[in-house]
Amino acid sequence: MQMSGSPNSPLAVYLNHLSRGELAYQYSPKVQRAVFYPRLVCPFTGSDELEWRISAGLGTVHATTVVHPAAGEPYNVALIDCDEGFRLMSRVEDIPPDQVRIGLRVRFRVHRPGGDEPPMPVFTPEEEA
Amino acid sequence: MAGLLRGGAAIVGVAESDLGQVADDMSVFDLMAQGVRRALDDCGMDLSDVDGLFSATTQSRMSVLGLAEYLGIDPPFLGSTIVGGSSFEYHVAQAVGAIQLGLCNVAVIAYGSTQRSVGRKQASVRESNPYETPFKPFLPASAYALAASRHMHQFGTTREQLAAVAVAAREWALLNPAAWEKKPLTIDEVLSSRMVSYPFTVRDCCLVTDGGGAIVVTSAERAESLRKKPAYVLGCGQSTTHANISSMTDLTVTGALAAGQAAYSMAKLGPSDVDVIELYDAFTINTILFLEDLGFCKKGEGGAFVSGGRISPRGSVPVNTNGGGLSYCHPGMYGLLILIEAVRQLRGECSARQVKDCEVALVHGNGGVLSSQATVLLGSESTV
Repeated sequence: MQMSGSPNSPLAVYLNHLSRGELAYQYSPKVQRAVFYPRLVCPFTGSDELEWRISAGLGTVHATTVVHPAAGEPYNVALIDCDEGFRLMSRVEDIPPDQVRIGLRVRFRVHRPGGDEPPMPVFTPEEEA
Repeated sequence: MAGLLRGGAAIVGVAESDLGQVADDMSVFDLMAQGVRRALDDCGMDLSDVDGLFSATTQSRMSVLGLAEYLGIDPPFLGSTIVGGSSFEYHVAQAVGAIQLGLCNVAVIAYGSTQRSVGRKQASVRESNPYETPFKPFLPASAYALAASRHMHQFGTTREQLAAVAVAAREWALLNPAAWEKKPLTIDEVLSSRMVSYPFTVRDCCLVTDGGGAIVVTSAERAESLRKKPAYVLGCGQSTTHANISSMTDLTVTGALAAGQAAYSMAKLGPSDVDVIELYDAFTINTILFLEDLGFCKKGEGGAFVSGGRISPRGSVPVNTNGGGLSYCHPGMYGLLILIEAVRQLRGECSARQVKDCEVALVHGNGGVLSSQATVLLGSESTV
């Protein structure tokens, strides 16, 4: 039985969108800024006024590293600045990890690891028009 | 920090516990207690004098309780803020405040870690962040590597400049008998070591050792009559900008900027007054970022600043004189050990690595992934 106001956690809403192929983020109307990661209280205003929005899925690599695990192949970890004004950790796929450059334009896609693992937002290089 | 009295309290006793690889089955409380006993001996006090107790470790959720039990004391004032490796710089500010308010008069701050003995994975709770963990960043290294990538991109900082930080730390370590590393290191060796998280090789990363220690803080009044020269707390400042690296607004500007400004303001001092600089060098980029943010060089110029041996024992700016987390000792939350080194420098106890005419020391602790930043300015009697 529902005891109070939040039927779903922010993470559950986010993952539901991801499972539908959407990269969701929040928007704080009072300061007109994107908020990420999703939460119940806005870090800019302290209020609980937050709207859910869907990203167009385009962004720019803000920072990047290549992790060299003790076993296995090196892989990319990056911070992506989405055009709507929020940043998230992700990785850039489809190119070698050491070819991921700061400033590279990238496009979102959903990676579905399968099993019990939730879907993940990953990015691929965007062909500039 | 506003509200704290400049020079109102002093660090009067300092000691490391056993360091490096400690005896089998030593606990974090063994190391903390060993540090406390030695630190009290350093200043000529006893456990019965202690009425304030602070501790932090990754290996016990309620460490200050365990330590009080182990020592058989019931101090009226307890503190256990845990914000990573800078926790102890936070504790110093809290101890100064508690002493100023009369909540306690003799505060002991202790730390212990057996992360080398038990393995890094056993030494701290695995925390999962649904927005980061799935991408398998090798934390904390990858978070600092992301910051380094920005610094390299924006300012042209090079891997050779990062390596210069590791080489300088090693040169200092060779002057410190307590240091883990005993052999010289070159820039080429740093660059050609095993890559961990680009641009960091294993030599850009802090050591993984056991270790700990304790410090004793008391009022300036009481400090005068003790065994060693007091290190007066002239300034404290703190800033937390984020917890997770994906929430750090500007990866090239850390909370050390605000922490340093607050500490300088309280101390009525500036960077040019500082004789020795003890920074938390978890990774080579730390030293560069903190030298910039604490005002020793301009933003973006840290890479050039550390080059050419300037921060080594051969250079003009003594930084991390114990050999740092990179070459001396890094038990996971290293911030206590830089307070100890700063006090010893102010006392003139550092033999081969002693900085001449050392009157003002800057200690800067770093916690999390560039998250919690805390600066403590210490001074000899002449500065009060």
